[in-house]
Amino acid sequence: MALIIALSIWATGWWINAQLANGPQSDSRTISLIIPIIFGATIIAIWQVLVTMLGISPIILPPPSSIAVRFANEIPILWADFEQTILKGAMTGYVVGMIAAFAVALLADRSEFLTKGILPVGAFMAALPIVGTAPIFVKWLGSDWQSKAAVVGVMVFFPILVNTVAGLKVSSMMQRDLMRTYGAGYWPTLLKLRLPAALPFMFNGLKIATTLALIGAIVAEFFGSPTVGMGFRISTSVGQLALDMVWAEIVVAALAGSAFYGIIATIEKRMTFWHPSQREK
Amino acid sequence: MNIKGIIPALVVVVIIFVIWTAAVIPMNAHLTADQAQRDGFIMTPEAPRDRQEFLGLTLAIKNPEIITMTYTLVRPRLPSPHQVAIEMYETIFTKAPTSRRSLVYHAWVTLSATLLGFVIGTTLGILLAVGIVYNRTMDKSVMPWAITSQTIPILALAPMIIVILGAIGIQGLLPKSIISAYLSFFPVVVGMVKGLRSPDGMQLDLLRTYSANANQGFWKLRLPASMPYLFASLKIGISAALVGAIVGELPTGARAGFGARMLVGDQYGQPMVTWAALFGAAITAALLVAILSFIERRTLARMGMGATA
Amino acid sequence: MNETPVITAKNLDLTFETNDGPVHALKDVSLNINKGEFISFIGPSGCGKTTFLRCIAGLETPTAGEISVNGMSPDEARRSRAYGYVFQAAGLYPWRTIGGNIRLPLEIMGFSKAEQHERVNRVMDLVDLGGFEKRFPWQLSGGMQQRASIARALAFDADILLMDEPFGALDEIVRDHLNEQLLKLWARTEKTIGFVTHSIPEAVYLSTKIVVMSPRPGRITDVINSPLPKDRPLDIRDSPEFIKIAHRVRDGLRAGHVDD
Repeated sequence: MALIIALSIWATGWWINAQLANGPQSDSRTISLIIPIIFGATIIAIWQVLVTMLGISPIILPPPSSIAVRFANEIPILWADFEQTILKGAMTGYVVGMIAAFAVALLADRSEFLTKGILPVGAFMAALPIVGTAPIFVKWLGSDWQSKAAVVGVMVFFPILVNTVAGLKVSSMMQRDLMRTYGAGYWPTLLKLRLPAALPFMFNGLKIATTLALIGAIVAEFFGSPTVGMGFRISTSVGQLALDMVWAEIVVAALAGSAFYGIIATIEKRMTFWHPSQREK
Repeated sequence: MNIKGIIPALVVVVIIFVIWTAAVIPMNAHLTADQAQRDGFIMTPEAPRDRQEFLGLTLAIKNPEIITMTYTLVRPRLPSPHQVAIEMYETIFTKAPTSRRSLVYHAWVTLSATLLGFVIGTTLGILLAVGIVYNRTMDKSVMPWAITSQTIPILALAPMIIVILGAIGIQGLLPKSIISAYLSFFPVVVGMVKGLRSPDGMQLDLLRTYSANANQGFWKLRLPASMPYLFASLKIGISAALVGAIVGELPTGARAGFGARMLVGDQYGQPMVTWAALFGAAITAALLVAILSFIERRTLARMGMGATA
Repeated sequence: MNETPVITAKNLDLTFETNDGPVHALKDVSLNINKGEFISFIGPSGCGKTTFLRCIAGLETPTAGEISVNGMSPDEARRSRAYGYVFQAAGLYPWRTIGGNIRLPLEIMGFSKAEQHERVNRVMDLVDLGGFEKRFPWQLSGGMQQRASIARALAFDADILLMDEPFGALDEIVRDHLNEQLLKLWARTEKTIGFVTHSIPEAVYLSTKIVVMSPRPGRITDVINSPLPKDRPLDIRDSPEFIKIAHRVRDGLRAGHVDD
């Protein structure tokens, strides 16, 4: 019975989406937004039906309704965790790592030799499991948000560095020759030509770094934290089998991640409206 | 890469090691001073509490005899490069690979979960990408979620997945692989969709003038064109898969694998174990990416796209 | 026409070291360019015409020989902003408006705000781009972009204008139009123009002096003083004088090839 209901919900949702997607206005903004929402709603409805009707234990998979209730009831705790992990840990680390990466990129930029060295080494470091440094930083800086910020700082440093260094190289030979015909020195060339040209690359790095920052801040809490924070809450709630609370934290993480990314993407749009990748949209 | 290209990278690596080596002195100065005092040296200032007032560097300058000792502490805050190298050497080459004290053993535990997850995630990712490219409803419904999911710290799900699967009796390799699969899945979907769509209108029109069917269009144009994109996402996916497997080892009290070693070193005050595990994980990640890059170069070169890769 | 040379080159040699051994880009090139002349460099690719222009601009340094621009070394001339340079592509910054692009050299050279504004307006009118100040380069056609890049080179009022195949990427119709406009501009501003091209009609139509060059090694094979009047309608290209010069240029180019 439950399966039949679930299947019919799925069929209905899919049918509506198929109509919309193949309909005449499928590329309009509203429709493009509605289709994934219907898809998401269908999944949640099926989840709800299956869990309640098949009597699946909430220890394994709580129904969306109880997650929503839990979310609404625990807003103060969720907010405190958000503040600790995202605002203090992730944001501080992101800003520090970003400033450090920009500074090193500009320093390296003065020497072609260093630039050539930093690109492969930085790309290599960016692929490493840097989250693993979390226990070391927790030992050095204590279990509060400072150690989380340090992990985040190191994690975001390399992708931002590599993208900035690469970006500073993109201005074409011709554009640099043009600056030479004006007798422009290093700083005018940097400010008027190379930095603006590097912006799309820098934002690429900054966008990759948003997700890394949240991952770093949450996972580092698994290695030690005060009794507040999203990572702390997730690991203790898992231990207490309070999975609805875990899901509530994951909802917070998802919202925070999308919002953070969205903010950076909006700033990018403002500052690099001239770039072909932005003009197409 | 030719020799000329390697030299700048080597110089940067040397600079990093020099900074590391130099940092050992201030980082370990306080611990070393305490230890030296216990061994009968006279420190200035004498009370450990007073020493906390000073920066590590100042302390080392006041007590120059401790400088060399900062490099040989048994439980340093920051081990020196040679200490890590010795620990790595001992745990890799002098222990049987089946022993719990061998890093190779732990590497294999993590690596097997990573690879299994990577294969599952990549396969599903490619299949979904094909579905998205050929089915408009799927594209419109799923693609926004695939893109959004990249902005979400999915890794936060790891502890829960381990526990849920544990509750229904699945343990060991598979839960970690599922996390790895999950993490490598989304980059592959997004990259592969981009790749399959990369042929431009002119190339598609050319195939239409041959009245090629969808099947031929896929195998002759879309799939080959997607290869550079696929490899780029595979490299992201494999490092994500490794991180997933490591994090999957954290919350469950697993006793084997890199993640478990990091936790053990942390909890039992054995910094060398943590550092060795960290470097072991780094080397593993580097090797995996290097292998993929090698396959990428070979494949693209054979397809005539090698020059830019 | 005033007969004072503004650019003199004597026995210029330039060799590039490449992976396939040295390339002799310029060999024993000597040339005087007088004030107010419109001089074209024509030849197949690899003949060193662009390299010679870049030597004048101080963007390349000759391996041997002497070159002076306004009595200075090219480097000094570059730093005293003696010339404007127009590249093959417009090379406008996509993040700046057309006005902003033309203002770029003025900002770098430290002109006052009022002066910048006045000059931008003046040169935009000069290339017929009035009213497009607020547009972005990617909103304009290729021909308009190239006109903006000429305006950018004119903005700081250098006496010399160096142009490296500026219309090479444009279609024939746009090109004719821009050639006509360029001649008018030259007549109005009395600048000395060095113009690189590989189109024979373009070279003959525009120039007072045509320098024919040939490759391997890059050298001058012929210098033709054009007898055409300064005022040239487009249909002058059908006149017997025009065709005669064009023939001589073509012969010069062919002779360069026989030498290989």
